[in-house]
Amino acid sequence: MTTGSRVRIRVDADKCQGHNRCKAIAPELFELDGFGNAQAKGDGLVPPELVEKAYLAKSNCPEFAVEIIEE
Amino acid sequence: MSADGATPPKRPPVTDWATDWDHFDPAWNKNPYPIWDDLRAKGCPIASTKRYMGAHAPLTYETVKQIAYDTKHFSSRRVVVRDARLEPPQPAPPITSDPPAHKPLKQILLPPFTPEEMRKLEPKARAICNELIDQFIKDGRCDAAQQYARHIPVRVIALMLGVPASDGDKFIKWIHEILELGITNDEISMRARNEMQEYIVAQFEARRRYPTDDLITRIMHSEFMGKPIPFELAVGMIILMLIAGIDTTWSAIGASLWHLAKTPTDRDRLIAEPALMPTAIEEFLRAYAPVTMAREVVQPVEVAGCPMKPGDMILLSFPAANRDPGMFPDADKVIIDRKENRHAAFGLGIHRCVGSNLARMEMTVAIEEWLKRMPKFALAPGEEVTWSEGTVRGPRQLPITLG
Repeated sequence: MTTGSRVRIRVDADKCQGHNRCKAIAPELFELDGFGNAQAKGDGLVPPELVEKAYLAKSNCPEFAVEIIEE
Repeated sequence: MSADGATPPKRPPVTDWATDWDHFDPAWNKNPYPIWDDLRAKGCPIASTKRYMGAHAPLTYETVKQIAYDTKHFSSRRVVVRDARLEPPQPAPPITSDPPAHKPLKQILLPPFTPEEMRKLEPKARAICNELIDQFIKDGRCDAAQQYARHIPVRVIALMLGVPASDGDKFIKWIHEILELGITNDEISMRARNEMQEYIVAQFEARRRYPTDDLITRIMHSEFMGKPIPFELAVGMIILMLIAGIDTTWSAIGASLWHLAKTPTDRDRLIAEPALMPTAIEEFLRAYAPVTMAREVVQPVEVAGCPMKPGDMILLSFPAANRDPGMFPDADKVIIDRKENRHAAFGLGIHRCVGSNLARMEMTVAIEEWLKRMPKFALAPGEEVTWSEGTVRGPRQLPITLG
């Protein structure tokens, strides 16, 4: 990751099966719908202090549904 | 072999694990992990057998995942590998459902099992754990499987369903008959299912007279494809709640305590660093995943060079996927602060366990309360730990000394 780059998260709704790993790891970044499926909170932009958590959420998703976009 | 007198049929010894596996073989039952490691290392991602009328066992993460995702060639209509193929298959939706019926059926059950709903149940689960501990802590020893782990999921699911906790013994008996004895004995399996159905019909009747706010009520009044849910599906769904929610979490709690009893360094570290609990729970789920599912091949297909024909069964071993060193570094080691852990203990794809949030809550609470009250414990010297047979793996006798 280059200095100054922005990080955005996205949950692929077709892949998410509601394991709830992302929300458990980074509740600041993810929220669940009424069926327990995840989505990014707000616009998905990750504040610098939460970037590590975002990557942890990604690397613990059993369905590979969490994406991280470096802008 | 079994405590209740039913004699399992004699099985010829396994000659070759790659072409003649048997998950009821005593070696597999005692410790399946070296068998899988050996097969993977020999370049065998899928083992096959002529037993069980023809079956295959994927052993790598990739092959388990591929089959779990492929609902076109692999049906969930039968989710247990058995000696015979019961006709008709016994529905327990949504676990036995395929697309397109699967999604609307699963959506009936998802809202009551969200993490938010589980948080409301958590104080009650803690109270249950402490009541159980109160009953044996003075003895200085206990059977952690029989006196502790087994009762927690039964009592919590009884609360959710809205039935008396005292019915728990019945549930445990039915589950044992269906998931263990019933795999090799159709008569026992059918009888248990009939008894469960009678029990559930009585629950429906009671709720028609006196409506309640619980999971049974929710299921009996749910809709499927715009119409009231058919009776058979509603009964099957409640049977699933009883079967899938009890043995599994009992096993996961038991295996976690077994690990901590024999690994005092992990036990003491978890007490000193309680913030590690979430990663520890995920690691216990990975390393000691209790649940193996099944699929039935419905269209000819080849996976990793292994040809499969309609009617063949797949032993879908999430525990084997979780021990694949190609996916998990140091797969055979239990690392309670493992950072990356995409384990498959709750399945992969559309059949992700609907109760995964419940199971995690129960495991966390059961281990936290145990460690708070009994920080020093060990396997009882010279006493045997026994493991369940069949589709769910976990300790069934777990003698522990306390203090």
